[in-house]
Amino acid sequence: MSTIDSLSLTPIPPEDEALRRPVREFLTEAMRSVPAHVRAKSWSGYDSNFSRELGRKGWLGLTLPKEYGGAGRSPYARYVMVEEFLNFGAPVGAHWIADRQSAPLILKYGTEAQKQFYIPPVCRGESFFCIGMSEPNAGSDLASVKTRATPSEKGWTLNGQKIWTTNAHNCNYMIALVRTSGTSEDRHKGLSQLIVDLKLPGVTVRPIIDLSGDSHFCEVFFDNVQLADDALIGQEGKGWEQVTAELAFERSGPERLYSSIVLFDEWLSFVRTEAGRTPEAVRLAGRILGQLAPLRAMSIAVTGRLARGESPIVEAALVKDLGTGVEQLIPAAIADDLYSREDQDLPLELLQTLNYVTQVAPSFSLRGGTRDILRGMIARGLGLR
Amino acid sequence: MDDLFTDALRQLLADQCTPQLVRDIESGQPAAQLWKQLEESGFADALVSEDQGGAGLSLPDVFPLLELCGSYAVPVPLAETMLARALLADAGVKWPEGSITFGLGAASPDGRIHCSRVPCGQVADWVLMTHGGECVLLPVAEAETSPAVFPLDATLEWTAAAAREGAQRVPGEHDLRTLQACICAAQLAGALMNVFSRTLQYANDRNQFGRPIGKFQAIQHQLSVISEHTFAARMAAQIGCHSQGITPDRLRVAVAKARTSEAALEVASLSHSIHGAIGFTEEFDLQLFTRRLHAWRQTAGSESYWQTVLGEALVDHQSGLTLDLVRTTTDIY
Repeated sequence: MSTIDSLSLTPIPPEDEALRRPVREFLTEAMRSVPAHVRAKSWSGYDSNFSRELGRKGWLGLTLPKEYGGAGRSPYARYVMVEEFLNFGAPVGAHWIADRQSAPLILKYGTEAQKQFYIPPVCRGESFFCIGMSEPNAGSDLASVKTRATPSEKGWTLNGQKIWTTNAHNCNYMIALVRTSGTSEDRHKGLSQLIVDLKLPGVTVRPIIDLSGDSHFCEVFFDNVQLADDALIGQEGKGWEQVTAELAFERSGPERLYSSIVLFDEWLSFVRTEAGRTPEAVRLAGRILGQLAPLRAMSIAVTGRLARGESPIVEAALVKDLGTGVEQLIPAAIADDLYSREDQDLPLELLQTLNYVTQVAPSFSLRGGTRDILRGMIARGLGLR
Repeated sequence: MDDLFTDALRQLLADQCTPQLVRDIESGQPAAQLWKQLEESGFADALVSEDQGGAGLSLPDVFPLLELCGSYAVPVPLAETMLARALLADAGVKWPEGSITFGLGAASPDGRIHCSRVPCGQVADWVLMTHGGECVLLPVAEAETSPAVFPLDATLEWTAAAAREGAQRVPGEHDLRTLQACICAAQLAGALMNVFSRTLQYANDRNQFGRPIGKFQAIQHQLSVISEHTFAARMAAQIGCHSQGITPDRLRVAVAKARTSEAALEVASLSHSIHGAIGFTEEFDLQLFTRRLHAWRQTAGSESYWQTVLGEALVDHQSGLTLDLVRTTTDIY
């Protein structure tokens, strides 16, 4: 397959790599007293003050143009910065989706007025977005969404329900994939993306408690919500194409490699002690490193394609499927290592971190497209569908 | 890397290194004719500097050539000779005519030198080996040869006299296992790509239940997994070949050999599963490559060997973040 042998080791330009140092200095100080089991929440961790602090430093909207409050830098610069955030377990969840997906989407498809209105507050860490895709009867089969916006005198009337919407209860806006024409039988045709102000009358947000006790995702109900004309982002009926392009950004980034890295580093600290070091643990450490390294190279190579303006959807799916596999291997293998030891005091903080990551690990290969969906996309890329 | 080089070697191998020839040489027929053609093409001197008569390429430059040695199952040590000649030229040793492979030897008190499981030991002219901290070049013709598990490999032993008279000392310290692992990883990447392509083709061609088996979701997902492993292994093998000059970096090679070896096992298993019984026959070419996936996985250290190398580096690396070692092994400049 040409896709695979076309991806080569790709260097991060030195001017982008240079960003690592100030980011690391800031994070070393900011995360000093945060325990590992909290840092392990990674990009699910929510702290709006932290996001605003990053905004003040100019580290949000890094790739967005300066005229909209961004920093006008390359995707590699963002890669370096995000890699540091994730490895330190910084609480980046508040701005995560706005910064990664929503603002770039608005930049690509929005009108000038939409760009002026929505993007600068995102870059300041004052405006947070969520993505309304899944519905009770439209999960992996996303094209069957039933939430519908019908034209009204002033714009659109929105009715329906979204579910599993990450951070909806903390967000200002949702970019929702909804049907604006045709019926479910029309599948990909007739879908559009609308920006919904979540404070509008008729919007109800209900957090859902997950199995770890956190509530990071929500149900969102729309009952005759009145939207203005300019709620439409991009073209009416082109929502599917817009969503698909967006997913390449979502699937290949460092967040598909490092979801368990805080746990891994916490475990390594134990393995580095005299009591913790065993030949089995050393080999396991090497096994994980040996998988992470090529994955990072793949992820950077895909970033290189994105930087050149391409849309490497299949490559991104490959990275995500493999990367989430390592993310899930880490808690499973560490649990086996720790609990195979006889009569040993194990650090409680390590065990708590392990417990948290073990519980949330199933979500790694659900969010952003399940394994089965990704493998189907790869198969299509191979010409099998 | 100039694609002209890669294209030229690909064309040469497609014409000359046919599956039938690979079978013939594996079953003991002479490899001299193939070696002569390869030697005349000049590829064996690719890494030797231009003022010493080579092409002056660097290790990252020749990655595609090493990979092709894997994707065509080249049954002579072309990849090994490339690296060995570069090493010898660099050490100021005039290299001899003929092909060179690598070995890890041991000297017994009576002066005999023993070298187990030498890759391509049946067809190579010379073995570059280390024993007891010394690096020497020994002629295969003077050795007592006994079979190893893979048909092209051999266990070689030199008498004290043969070792004394035939050995050419190579100055400097040389990590031949790392070199061999680097080559194996690149060849594994090539063989994996070959196995992936032919398995994909087979899934499109083979009809059962009234349609190509590649239309079934279970088969599609298996092929997706093969493509993921192939992709990751190829990236890892590139990491292994990434160095400034001709000497690979041990940690990068550890990543390369560990990951390609893991992929070899998975892909060999899945490809046979998709091929069914036909893939299990001698006459079907799949076996030329899946047997190599296993052989190269087992050569110069399996995944666990190199994972231990990586693990020791990581555990001894006291600065804290795993990320920093991941960067050390993947960043290129």
